[in-house]
Amino acid sequence: MHKTEKDRLNDFVIRLANVNGTGSATANSLLMKSIFRMGIPVVAKNFFPSNIQGLPTWYEIRISKDGYVSHTGRVDLMVAMNAQTYIQDRDDVSPGGYLLYDSSWPRGDKLARDDITLLGIPLSKMCNEAFTDARERILMKNVGYVGAVAALIEIDMNVVRGQLQKTFANKEQLMAANLRAMQLGYDYAKEHFDCPLPIRVKAMDKTDDYMMIDGNTAAALGCVYAGATFAAWYPITPSTSLMDAFARYCERYRKDSDSGENRYCIVQAEDELAAIGMVIGASWTGARAFTSTSGPGISLMTEFLGFAYYAEIPAVIFDVQRGGPSTGLPTRTQQADLLACAYASHGDTRHVLLFPANPEECFYFGAEAFDLAERLQTPVIVLSDLDIGMNEWMCPRLKWDESYQPDRGKIISTEELEKLEDFYRYEDKDGDGICYRTYPGMHPKGAYFTRGSGHNRYGGYTEDPVEYQEVLDRLLRKARTARKLVPKSVVLKRRGATSGIIAIGSSDGAVREALDRLDKPMDYLRIRGFPFGHEVQKFIDAHEQIFVVEQNRDAQLRSLLTVELDVNKRKLVSVLHYDGFPIGADHVVDGINDALKQESAA
Amino acid sequence: MSYITKPKVAYAGLNKNKLGLTIRNYEGGMSTLCAGCGHDSITAALIQACFELNIPPERAAKMSGIGCSSKTPAYFLNAAHGINAVHGRMPAIATGANAANRNLYYIGVSGDGDSLSIGLGPFAHSIRRNLNMLYIIENNGVYGLTKGQFSASADMGSTTPKGQLNQQPPIDPVLLALSLGGSFVARSFSGDKEQLVPLIKAGLTHKGFALLDVISPCVTFNDHQGSTKSYAYTRAHSHETIHTDFIPHADEIKVEYDEGAVVPVQLHDGSQILLRKVDPDYNPKDPGDAISYIQHHHEKGEIVTGLLYLDDNARDLHAVANTTDQPLTELSYDKLCPGAKALEDVFEAYR
Ligand SMILES: Cc1ncc(C[n+]2csc(CCOP(=O)(O)OP(=O)(O)O)c2C)c(N)n1
Ligand code: SF4
Ligand SMILES: [Mg+2]
Repeated sequence: MHKTEKDRLNDFVIRLANVNGTGSATANSLLMKSIFRMGIPVVAKNFFPSNIQGLPTWYEIRISKDGYVSHTGRVDLMVAMNAQTYIQDRDDVSPGGYLLYDSSWPRGDKLARDDITLLGIPLSKMCNEAFTDARERILMKNVGYVGAVAALIEIDMNVVRGQLQKTFANKEQLMAANLRAMQLGYDYAKEHFDCPLPIRVKAMDKTDDYMMIDGNTAAALGCVYAGATFAAWYPITPSTSLMDAFARYCERYRKDSDSGENRYCIVQAEDELAAIGMVIGASWTGARAFTSTSGPGISLMTEFLGFAYYAEIPAVIFDVQRGGPSTGLPTRTQQADLLACAYASHGDTRHVLLFPANPEECFYFGAEAFDLAERLQTPVIVLSDLDIGMNEWMCPRLKWDESYQPDRGKIISTEELEKLEDFYRYEDKDGDGICYRTYPGMHPKGAYFTRGSGHNRYGGYTEDPVEYQEVLDRLLRKARTARKLVPKSVVLKRRGATSGIIAIGSSDGAVREALDRLDKPMDYLRIRGFPFGHEVQKFIDAHEQIFVVEQNRDAQLRSLLTVELDVNKRKLVSVLHYDGFPIGADHVVDGINDALKQESAA
Repeated sequence: MSYITKPKVAYAGLNKNKLGLTIRNYEGGMSTLCAGCGHDSITAALIQACFELNIPPERAAKMSGIGCSSKTPAYFLNAAHGINAVHGRMPAIATGANAANRNLYYIGVSGDGDSLSIGLGPFAHSIRRNLNMLYIIENNGVYGLTKGQFSASADMGSTTPKGQLNQQPPIDPVLLALSLGGSFVARSFSGDKEQLVPLIKAGLTHKGFALLDVISPCVTFNDHQGSTKSYAYTRAHSHETIHTDFIPHADEIKVEYDEGAVVPVQLHDGSQILLRKVDPDYNPKDPGDAISYIQHHHEKGEIVTGLLYLDDNARDLHAVANTTDQPLTELSYDKLCPGAKALEDVFEAYR
């Protein structure tokens, strides 16, 4: 277990234990944002149940002067506001750490633990005395502990007030009540404890050009900027907030100012089969269209994904992964849909995948996915996960190049059709495996029949072995083109490294932190697209040993690498994490060290 | 296979419509269905209706699922885009397509298996959404393409050619559509082109979901004695309602019908049957009445045909979604991108 050493300035973890549905989210976010606005790097993770009200939920703020973002498992300050989980929360505090609890009622021997410091504040009592309304009494307790924590770790109260102002702009009464509750907590802590604690914050200047945003919101913004006009979806955690955000931004930016009409259409489908079907229909007609879902939805979409692959219709799918298999852990994170997505559907299919590692990439990849889908005329699946999608991460200011124009791919215009002798849908005129397409309604000459049944290069139905195979082979050529177009891997090199680490997506934070802590220098390649670019093969070839870090049980990324590339399986050593919580640096370091130890013993 | 030879050149004297096109311009590829299959008659009616409505062929979008029936979009309107979705899921494709480009004529062709079993969900929901399209079910009571299994529209007591008895109650798409708030609900018979063409035209011009259930005998697997979807059975039991007054663009359709008369109908195969006009006070404006009317006649072993319900004020998908009149596919990028400055607001909001 971690120990809370004496002085942990700008380097510790606060965990807040709450009851789902008691309004703690606003208070916890206020606390996190205040530290962030003091210029100190933070990352926030929400551990919540698949339930609406009454079950335990935890919010964790990692404060890291070095900008580390991975899940640590340590708890330096626990704010234990949930009587139900009190014992567990007490036990989870790292030795030397602190436990803040509501001392309104006697706790008896529940308090027993002598290697941590207990900080009792009668929050309920204070709030019951200060407020009359039952709802207020519950809500204000939350702000009360924010005040107390601010005093304990020395958060600048002006910053907290500023953030509060932002939250309750134009709601003066609420603002006043919140300020009052916060002051109660603050004053009590100042009066009764030795403030500040050795774990405390001090202003820095490391967050100036950053915001705190979740990946789903960022991805939705990417869709708006890409010019997506149609979206269909079926609600599923943890992807719902992506569509919610898309609707919000469309409402703001896509309403015709004169008519009040929408320049977008969002359909809540009857299921995921319909959602992807609608996306394919809209894309076929010439709109940029997408859906957001999670594992169970991907399972349902597979037949249509194969259809879009074979009929060559663009589609963008966000898979915000959660714990599987089956319904699995809806509110936990995993990277376990990799294989299901790479080869989704029967027959020889292979899809283009993008692996964002953080909200920033959710935004840029979110937009780029549409260019790729239309350029390659195929589904593109953006594999995010709950950790990226629903947690708040520091994200650099997002930028948009005003000169950007969507890449609609190979489209023959009405004028060109007019001049053309004839048009055939599946002819590979340029040798890159990508054919020309037309939109319905354009021109009689542009008409063709789209089918998922066997077809030849002219678009006609065929069962002829040569004609049929010709199209399948061209699709392979297209996959080779895709390999060059997907985002390149990010490579980090260390002097003297002979081994390397390969990871994707949200494992990035843990790997980067681990690199700084491993005894042996290692290179690092973070894959960002599939089919794998040539740099992946090169990286593997250039190292004696590769550790493949991923968040699933079955080493799916490793499988994909061995299937798609030319590698000696033994060279790829797995470091796996799949308990539903985000992977931490400790896990990576321990995993690699264990493997190295075993090797030297053998 | 029906080998209908189609001369490529249009000979003089072939009528032209207002667009200067002949019926040849509305045809499609050669049918590969069995000779005498009801589906081919519906194809012919579709061609006729589109020709008469002066629809520019490329302004139509043909949609289907999988089945013999779902093959028919390949046999008409060669100059229109078409799409064969996966089995049962054409309504989903149609929803997205229609949402993206509201200015096309959407013609969906499905089967009873495609719409009432595997695709019952999407079918029902596209009715609920009042998607602006013509949706034809070529209803033969069997799975033709997979060789004659019962479909969900097979009547209780009907038998397969091998004598197997269907013991499950059927799903009637017309009753289903009525209960789901369908805005245009009609039934016809593939052998009754005189009724079919105007109904197709009415459905195509209806602003909303136009369901047209067409009994379309499968000559190969469901045209025997024990079948309730055979030519013989349908001819003996169909029962027409009046509908002329309630069809929009009435002048275009009226020519086909003499209101209030007993209609002698020339079938595509040459035979003639009488479809009786019944109950002059039938009111296709009330779904409840429509349901009891259909059920009342069903008990007597009669299939009611014609326009059974019409609501031409129902709001379609676009009205509900408040989308722009201009199709989404035609909006230029500058109308869609909030611009770099908006990201500054986002930045401030998430600080
Ligand atoms: C997912 C899936 N399951 C099964 C099939 C096989 N299948 C093809 S057509 C069909 C039934 C078609 O029946 P219907 O819609 O009534 O069309 P008909 O051939 O009678 O016109 C079935 C079961 C399929 N294509 N896809
Ligand atoms: S099997 Fe039946 S439904 Fe299919 S083409 Fe032949 S007659 Fe028509
Ligand atoms: Mg059928």
